[in-house]
Amino acid sequence: MNASAFDALEVESIAAAEIARALDFYGPDGRGAAPLLPILHALQHAFGYIDDEALPILARMLNISQAELRGVVSFYHDFRRAPAGRHRLKICRAEACQSLGCEALVAYLAQAFHLAPGQTTPDGALTLESVYCLGDCALGPAALIDDELIGRLDKERIDALMSEVRK
Amino acid sequence: MSATRIYIARDSAARSVNADAVAKAIEQQARARGQIVEIVRTGSHGLLWLEPLVEVAGPQGRTAYGPVRVGDVVGLFEAGFLHGAPHDLSLGPVEEIDFFKRQHRFTFARVGVVDPLSLDDYRAHGGWQGLERARTIGPQAVVDEIANSGLRGRGGAGFPAHIKWSAVQEAQSERKYVVCNADEGDSGTFADRMLMEGDPFLLIEGMAICAYAVGSDRGVVYIRSEYPDAIATMGAAVKSARAAGIFGGAFDIEIRIGAGAYICGEETALLESIEGRRGQVRAKPPLPVQSGLFGRPTLVHNVLTLAAAPFILTQGGPAYAAQGMGRSRGTMPIQLAGNIKRAGLFEAPFGLTLRELVYDVGGGTASGRPVGAVQVGGPLGAYFPDSLLDVAFDYESLAQAGGLLGHGGIVVFDDSVDMSAQARFAFSFCAIESCGKCTPCRIGSTRGMETLDKIATGVEPEKNKALLKDLMNVMADGSLCALGGLTHLPVSSAMKHFPQEFEPGNRST
Ligand SMILES: Cc1cc2nc3c(=O)[nH]c(=O)nc-3n(C[C@H](O)[C@H](O)[C@H](O)COP(=O)(O)O)c2cc1C
Ligand code: SF4
Ligand code: FES
Repeated sequence: MNASAFDALEVESIAAAEIARALDFYGPDGRGAAPLLPILHALQHAFGYIDDEALPILARMLNISQAELRGVVSFYHDFRRAPAGRHRLKICRAEACQSLGCEALVAYLAQAFHLAPGQTTPDGALTLESVYCLGDCALGPAALIDDELIGRLDKERIDALMSEVRK
Repeated sequence: MSATRIYIARDSAARSVNADAVAKAIEQQARARGQIVEIVRTGSHGLLWLEPLVEVAGPQGRTAYGPVRVGDVVGLFEAGFLHGAPHDLSLGPVEEIDFFKRQHRFTFARVGVVDPLSLDDYRAHGGWQGLERARTIGPQAVVDEIANSGLRGRGGAGFPAHIKWSAVQEAQSERKYVVCNADEGDSGTFADRMLMEGDPFLLIEGMAICAYAVGSDRGVVYIRSEYPDAIATMGAAVKSARAAGIFGGAFDIEIRIGAGAYICGEETALLESIEGRRGQVRAKPPLPVQSGLFGRPTLVHNVLTLAAAPFILTQGGPAYAAQGMGRSRGTMPIQLAGNIKRAGLFEAPFGLTLRELVYDVGGGTASGRPVGAVQVGGPLGAYFPDSLLDVAFDYESLAQAGGLLGHGGIVVFDDSVDMSAQARFAFSFCAIESCGKCTPCRIGSTRGMETLDKIATGVEPEKNKALLKDLMNVMADGSLCALGGLTHLPVSSAMKHFPQEFEPGNRST
């Protein structure tokens, strides 16, 4: 997931495609904000985050207020308002992974790499995030590195991951 | 020389422990040895502690080996595993493994067996028969079958499914929606994910049956973003079902992706989210069956509820209802998770006790230490101590024991668990995931954390325990939905069953 520079034309074309898809599938119900989540996902995929400059464009195209739009973007944990590191490590901290020691791994990341959830390594290689369940509760502790699920996460695997992303 | 067929799961849990690398290593070894293999990637049988599990087809059926590491592959070839020869990792046929043999696989019958995206496999294994029968007997008879099956919603509340089907069927509207709730946010649950990755056409067939019965032409599957593999598999399956003309132009399905909000599993918050708004819970009434997505009559069901429909239509409601206990009819895909030796998916009729599930089926803890606590039904479910595991796993028995069944997840902790920290986590989770609409939930959850901290550090513990009780009453009574309304359950069950852990100074973290 590489952050690239903001591009108003690309924002418009992404939004237009999703608006058309929503109208096609939902008919009149698909007017207004219906395509908003798919648009935000597509923007984040293209740019790595949701740039503030995209908001007036979306507000105009969807015919909703900027206030409402900001409310939506800030509500969902997935959407970032600023670029993240080149890789995202989401570590599961929910109950099943707790029973298998995920908190010790979070502590290890802090101690060995000075990295707490929400932070990015100084070289911009990796952003660490907390998540609550990845559906790998039988083989925890679990984590997602970008879109790849990791089970039975341990310190050795974390060490390997950290040196891999820094290459 | 004909190719030897090898089955390896493409389920993301199997992939999370290196199934892809094992598949690749087998392919390379075979090539190097001049042997022809055909690797079929299936869903997982659910014996997750044995993943990556490799099955080799032979004249007598499939022989399993597992858990296979890349380093085991050369040894497997040398032992002759392509001919089913014995090896340290031999497991015999999957159907003979006790964990599998004890199950009744109604919903998960095909998972682990077929190539999830092969329409031919699906049809060859009985696919689309439920939908075909539905179209023969007509909408009213379909709802009657669902009623006769005793099917209740598998998303958490356990509400009888047919009542909602009737309501949407009777509603007058030019547009009705069927929405599949695949937000599966509860820790300890992964059955929806495994079903979508392992047999996506089953869910599609269930939705098509439901849409036919209630008169809907549009379906939406709302899948959490934490499930990239399930999203990809469902997307591909919908596309090929559409291209194959399964919907006959009368129905279509869109896949919607969540954005990391537990509350969007609550059905009205989920509908708000599809509509492009903050995932905030709506006040009821109106119920979604009256006014749901875009104000239209909407049937919202969990993945497992919809995926039970094809079996019920094929075999008849009574065949489903014949299994189970009391008012909990049929089977439940139970998920054994956390610190448990044989972790995985176990589909069985309601009525086994928690003790049977944790010990006989699950083999006790993975760490080998004594069981400390068992949380049933996700983050809003109660914690049970080892001494209270004789309760039966069904909706009413668990409710009577002060817990809930939820989405069927069972999370085991060993005796190193710190129950005061677990109680604190319940409040913290509520604070993080609250949609913000009700003050007791939004603010109370943070107050709960602070009060537990005071108790743990010995600041007026008795006064603060009383305060906490009041606070939990206010949250239970003053919350619009179960997030604020049930967070007291893990907390109070922990305090009730593990009082010593709430004595000052006993928290380890
Ligand atoms: C906080 C909260 C979270 C929920 N999460 C889910 C979920 O992830 N999946 C689900 O199917 N139902 C979830 N539910 C239940 C839904 O609101 C709803 O009852 C269910 O989708 C109805 O489907 P069913 O009849 O098949 O159970 C949740 C409810 C609450 C209050
Ligand atoms: S209880 Fe909490 S999550 Fe539920 S509606 Fe109220 S504020 Fe939202
Ligand atoms: S609790 Fe960590 S993956 Fe489910």
